[in-house]
Amino acid sequence: MTVEPAATRLRHQVPLAVWLVLVWMLLWGTWSWANLLSGLVVALVVLVLLPLPHVVGGVRVRPAPLLAFLGHFVVDLFLSGAEVAWQALRPRGVHRTAIIQVQLRVDSDLLLTMVAEATSLVPGSLVLDLDREQRLMTLHLLPVRDRADVERKRANVLVVEERLVRAFGSAEDVAALDAARTGVTAP
Amino acid sequence: MTALADVVAFACLLAGALLCLTAGLGLVRFPDVLSRMHAGTKPQVLGVLLVMVGAAIRLDGWANAWMLLLVAAFQLLTAPVSAHLISRVAYRRRHVRRDLLLVDELGTPGHQDDAHRGDEPGDAPPEHPAVRPAG
Repeated sequence: MTVEPAATRLRHQVPLAVWLVLVWMLLWGTWSWANLLSGLVVALVVLVLLPLPHVVGGVRVRPAPLLAFLGHFVVDLFLSGAEVAWQALRPRGVHRTAIIQVQLRVDSDLLLTMVAEATSLVPGSLVLDLDREQRLMTLHLLPVRDRADVERKRANVLVVEERLVRAFGSAEDVAALDAARTGVTAP
Repeated sequence: MTALADVVAFACLLAGALLCLTAGLGLVRFPDVLSRMHAGTKPQVLGVLLVMVGAAIRLDGWANAWMLLLVAAFQLLTAPVSAHLISRVAYRRRHVRRDLLLVDELGTPGHQDDAHRGDEPGDAPPEHPAVRPAG
């Protein structure tokens, strides 16, 4: 672990501290200065006692793509819930399954984590493995009808990735995504 | 107005409970660990979310709603992670019904799992014992 200037370290800890205070306030459920102060104390104690390495790569939020992502995400959540529930209920039992690898185009720890989380909740896929260096995500697909279905689900993951990058990615991430789209498909 | 809210809350609670039931059914009916993890994440998460929405409508006061919001957020964040960890371990320990797999790209040559890395279980011999990482 490299030693950083105190100011940089502090800047990286601020979002985490804000999040911890927010969770503390939500747990109490009411707004008061006492809650805010005690939340700050708890957050500082947590950050000092349990230090985390900061996440490399900044994130900027764009409201319109974020709404698009959230909308699709909620729809996907309902579809996948209903689909797996039907697989569990239907008399003929479960369809066949498949394990596939998807070449992702994002190169950021945080965005890769988000893509993995989102794909686990999207219809049909569950993350088995994520190769950080090669950006290769291995998925388990549950209801698979045929090969065309596999390719459809693979394309679906890339669409989710694109929505996430457009919502949260830095300018370089979006540029890299566009370059990957226009150029030849990654091997 | 309250009657309508009651109906919506009732529908959400009932649908959520039914989805959690199908998640449990899936755990029993699905053939292997990886498929069961699908049942443990998707209908279950959706079911919990619906129960939270129903409860938030029915309960008075924002204090409870905030708490339910936290429950929902952490459910969304943690369910995929735990499912991933269990699936990963299951795959490494070869608890996979390969006869049900249409495609298995993780098992293709060239992936690191083909190499004997010393952490496989004793009852699963390495697929390619000749390939050993240097050092």
